[in-house]
Amino acid sequence: MSEHTLSLLVDNQPGVLTRVTGLIARRGYNIESLSVDRTDDLAISRVTLVVGAEHTPLEQIKKQLHKLINVHKIYDLTNEDAIERELLLVRLRVSEKQRAEILEICKMFQAQIADANGDCLTIEASGNHERLAALEDMLRPYGIAEFARTGKIALSRCPTH
Amino acid sequence: MLASELLIQALEQAGVEVVFGIPGAQVLSLYDALSRSTRLRHILVRHEQAAAHAADGYARASGRVGVVLATSGPGATNTVTGVATAYMDSVPMVVICGQVPTTAIGTDAFQEADITTITLPITKHSYLVKDAALLQEIVEEAFYIAASGRPGPVLIDIPANIQATKVAARPARSCVRLASYRPTLKGNARQCRQAAELIRATARPLILAGGGVISSNAGKQLRELAELIAAPVANTLMAKAAFSPDSLLALGLVGMHGSPLTNNAVQESDLIIALGTRFSDRVTGDASRFAPQAKIIHIDIDPAEIGKNLRVDVPIVGDLATVLSSLLELLGDFQSPLREGWPPTQVAASSPQPSPSASLATETTWISPSEVFFALNHIAQGREMVYTTDVGQHQMWAAQLLQTSTERGFLSSGGLGTMGFGLPAALGAQIARPEACVLCISGDGSLQMNSQEMATAAINGLPLKVIVFDNRALGLVRQWQHFYYHDNYAHTALDAIPDFCSLAKAYHWQARTYQHHGDDATGITEALKWLLAQEGPALLNIPISRDELVLPMLARGGSLAEEVKHV
Repeated sequence: MSEHTLSLLVDNQPGVLTRVTGLIARRGYNIESLSVDRTDDLAISRVTLVVGAEHTPLEQIKKQLHKLINVHKIYDLTNEDAIERELLLVRLRVSEKQRAEILEICKMFQAQIADANGDCLTIEASGNHERLAALEDMLRPYGIAEFARTGKIALSRCPTH
Repeated sequence: MLASELLIQALEQAGVEVVFGIPGAQVLSLYDALSRSTRLRHILVRHEQAAAHAADGYARASGRVGVVLATSGPGATNTVTGVATAYMDSVPMVVICGQVPTTAIGTDAFQEADITTITLPITKHSYLVKDAALLQEIVEEAFYIAASGRPGPVLIDIPANIQATKVAARPARSCVRLASYRPTLKGNARQCRQAAELIRATARPLILAGGGVISSNAGKQLRELAELIAAPVANTLMAKAAFSPDSLLALGLVGMHGSPLTNNAVQESDLIIALGTRFSDRVTGDASRFAPQAKIIHIDIDPAEIGKNLRVDVPIVGDLATVLSSLLELLGDFQSPLREGWPPTQVAASSPQPSPSASLATETTWISPSEVFFALNHIAQGREMVYTTDVGQHQMWAAQLLQTSTERGFLSSGGLGTMGFGLPAALGAQIARPEACVLCISGDGSLQMNSQEMATAAINGLPLKVIVFDNRALGLVRQWQHFYYHDNYAHTALDAIPDFCSLAKAYHWQARTYQHHGDDATGITEALKWLLAQEGPALLNIPISRDELVLPMLARGGSLAEEVKHV
């Protein structure tokens, strides 16, 4: 299965996300991650999708998405060296002895302590998919209590002049 | 004025003449306003599914947008099959539904259904109106979207309290512009030149005409191109009547039930010029073995159809009539070379053809469907006929055997294959074309899926005609059981109830059942003449054998060259 990153500019209206996700599901794609928020223009939202495809070629799904009246632009960032970021929040229960090790790991990944209370520690980190996966791997041995990760957001690189 | 009055005014401004619908609690305000309109005619149908099919038939027969009005909940959900039918066959339609008041949405209120979500995959676009001030703009957009580009149904869901809100009307916009929706009309110049080059170099060109020829009104350009380059024309079900069957270039129906001559011509062609068609599985057979020697030029207004089912050599996105006109210009000096054995000779339309239907039974108790069609073709000559069909064996016989080139004169549910389409579609067609003889060709299974609409025809004085091919079975399904399930006819027998004559008479129709007397061919001619001579609506029930088959038929999963083995 191949993964593709699509970035869509859509009308910021109720029901638009249903149109987009419904169409993708119907045409045989699985949505691996999804992130939506408005852009600088309040009337327009940006939807960043990571989709996995087995049978339907990506070209077909892009054309079908183009047919939605509420979809303004589609950027295919799959083969582009785009700037991609995700945000991760992870909660650990740590002993005093482990804390120093964990803070060391956080430093390596430029992760922040978002919240701390007693033996509970909530860590916040951002980065690309691989970087956050590496952080997750390093923290797992300490026992992850809760874990949340946003979908990917992405922008293409600044054009070179 | 009230938003409901504004809606009616907006419909009038959009050029609507007729609305098909049924009132209900959440559209009372709309009906109140509608009743005061002097320009809108309302046809009260008996089921909302039929309202959608009638609007569809109206749109297909006229080229204008069909309009449906239904109440919330069951009224709206009843339209779903009709909306899906229109979506699959790219028919312009605007469906207006009432909705529970905005304050009640999401509370499972009485007769609440989330119709915009239900119809998401089967509408070109839809609106839930939450602000009455936007209504006029929405209606204008809806008509523009439904009719432009690749046509399709658009749904507007209007909560009851929005309908009753006071609003100010503004002058109608002369043209609608949408930033994110701009259909391409003119073909790309380089691709048009490539197509012209391919056409100049081809030895065995074949035109595959699809429904786009009709929705783009490109019949004239199709004929000019075919004649200029001496290319035979095969038609899909959706393009029936788009090209004169009297032409020596007419190959007739292609695909699942196309003749071997037509299907083999496709397989032997070295250039397929596909016009407004989506290469459905019923047309291509096994797509990987479709026209193996051919390069393919595909002209369609919907970019998503290019390369969807088949690899294409020269794609051209644009309005068919416009693109064909540019192609004809590029080919202006084209001298068609004399080609040996091409185009394959088609049996002239008027001469007798071998019967494509075949019966497993040897008895002569029944008339064969092909005899009916030959008699009908003869009687219908010189009349403006608009045929509608239901779905099943009778539909395929009609597609194979009817000789008609009346513009927008063959209306059939192709993509969705909706039984119950024929009669309500005929209602709509008769309203669009009051002078035409509208004849619905149906079967006993299909007719029972919307027979209540005989009431609508009678009450509105619509003189449409119905032929029922009555085999007391779901014939085409039964045929598949014959070929693929060892004659295990599981639940496809309908038996001889109702008596269609009595049923039609109950609705104040004229009706007859055809009595077959052996090989006497004058009987069917007389019966058909009687049918067409009736002033009001009339039905002719024609009992046929249950064992009739639609042949030829492609083998399941086979290419266009592989017919099912007939035992």
